[in-house]
Amino acid sequence: MSSLVSLRDVRFSYGNRDVLHGVTLNVPRGKLVAIMGGSGCGKTTLMRLIGGQLRPRAGQLTVCGAEVPSLDREGLYDLRRRMSMLFQFGALFTDLSVFDNVAFPMREHTNMPEPIIRDLVLMKLHAVGLRGAENLLPSELSGGMARRVALARAIALDPELMMYDEPFAGLDPISLGVIGQLIRKLNDALGASSIVVTHDVQESLQIVDYVYFLSDGKVVAEGTPDEIRTSEDPWVHQFVWGEADGPVPFRYPAVPYEEALLGVQRA
Amino acid sequence: MFRLVGARTINTQWRLGVMARFFGLLLWHSGSSFRRLRLTLREIYFSGVLSLTIILISGLFVGMVLGLQGYETLQRYGSEEVLGTLVALSLVRELGPVLAGLLFASRAGSAVTAEIGLMKATEQLAAMDMMAVDPVARVVAPRFWGGVISMPILALLFSAMGVFGGYLVGVVMIGIDSGSFWSQMQASVDFRNDIVNGVIKSVVFGVAVSLVAVFEGFDTDGTAEGVSRATTRTVVTSSLAILGLDFILTSFMFRG
Ligand SMILES: Nc1ncnc2c1ncn2[C@@H]1O[C@H](COP(=O)(O)OP(=O)(O)OP(=O)(O)O)[C@@H](O)[C@H]1O
Ligand SMILES: [Mg+2]
Repeated sequence: MSSLVSLRDVRFSYGNRDVLHGVTLNVPRGKLVAIMGGSGCGKTTLMRLIGGQLRPRAGQLTVCGAEVPSLDREGLYDLRRRMSMLFQFGALFTDLSVFDNVAFPMREHTNMPEPIIRDLVLMKLHAVGLRGAENLLPSELSGGMARRVALARAIALDPELMMYDEPFAGLDPISLGVIGQLIRKLNDALGASSIVVTHDVQESLQIVDYVYFLSDGKVVAEGTPDEIRTSEDPWVHQFVWGEADGPVPFRYPAVPYEEALLGVQRA
Repeated sequence: MFRLVGARTINTQWRLGVMARFFGLLLWHSGSSFRRLRLTLREIYFSGVLSLTIILISGLFVGMVLGLQGYETLQRYGSEEVLGTLVALSLVRELGPVLAGLLFASRAGSAVTAEIGLMKATEQLAAMDMMAVDPVARVVAPRFWGGVISMPILALLFSAMGVFGGYLVGVVMIGIDSGSFWSQMQASVDFRNDIVNGVIKSVVFGVAVSLVAVFEGFDTDGTAEGVSRATTRTVVTSSLAILGLDFILTSFMFRG
């Protein structure tokens, strides 16, 4: 089984602030891997390391067979054309319309004629359920919509490696299910490999092949979804169970908040 | 106190070094911004065309004030007819490039800094970089060249409006002979010495303002305060740069 991404004992610090203390993980080709862990434990940092935006202090990091930290700029850009990243906050280009945002990578990296680009863009937007929003500007989108447009842009060029930084945050349960399935389908249809950073344990356990739990800059547990569900490991148990313990506040954050507000008003 | 001044000096030099490296990178990537001509044209529109109003109005008023003040002074020596020369030379050699540059820095330079700074704060530049599109080539270079191209045109328009303002005050309001106003002006404004030198100045100012603006934007730490500090710094730094460069250029151009 060959790994598309492999990290061996990767360490990283911002200045003198240690964030990752020796992370080892693998993303096999064609697989969908989830990385879970508390807020601030270094998940986004990990993706930036894989994308070559940050350099590890120590350890080995290979993507598609290339040692990422030792690549020069050109090598890095060649590699990045084969991967794609959905940023945690979307990072849409605010001066371009939804359509132009999704068309951006196609226009920059291919010589496809405009009619074909148009078809492809509409296809990608359709996949995330936003074909009707093509003429809006990012400032006219809701947070969840912006994230879905960013997803459409991220998959524009059918990358080999997809990295999603919290693709489910800010989505209603229906879009959440749809996007979850979409991520799975894209992975399988393109023969791509994917990394999903998420807090949504239940949704991701249904779609992923393997899970890594990150805490305090280390991998503290790993396994297939079945292993995770039945795990005796107290940490995993607490994380999975802790999230599942309050499915209502986690999956429908608006409801208890409203109730709380109404409760206050009534009192 | 001395230590503070010393630290400031070192810090400034260090920033200048960083800026010089950035300038090199920018020039290196500029080839692609000419291939992507549409982007540069767009920036000319944003920096240049949208600054037109303030440039034209300011030029008109500066010219009118020059007309009034110049007339006051010249009249004492009985040489009102050279008012046209006075107005035109002041504008083309000095006030056009310098004032248009200062206005350009606060109108367009600050906007460019804020825009790039916000793009950085919202990770747009990082996202672009992850898509293997170089932000210096795609975002920075077109804005830089848009400014460099707009600046001399704005300075010329400023001067032209100013001359018109001087004409309004001198000829229309005060009643100097229109023929002598224009002919004196034509006789004494030299194309190479005055106009070309003025254009050279405005090109230099355009490079300075645009470089400072894109650099400060690109160099922000990506927070709200960071962006606002960078915007202020753009206006302060590029204004000082304009005035300093103006002194240096003038001392080379118009000596003797
Ligand atoms: N640019 C930076 N400079 C210094 N420290 C940083 C920087 N970016 C992140 N950190 C720190 O590194 C740690 C890991 O950050 P990271 O963004 O990777 O967390 P995360 O796991 O993605 O969290 P979340 O789930 O909230 O997105 C955090 O404690 C954060 O404070
Ligand atoms: Mg994160």
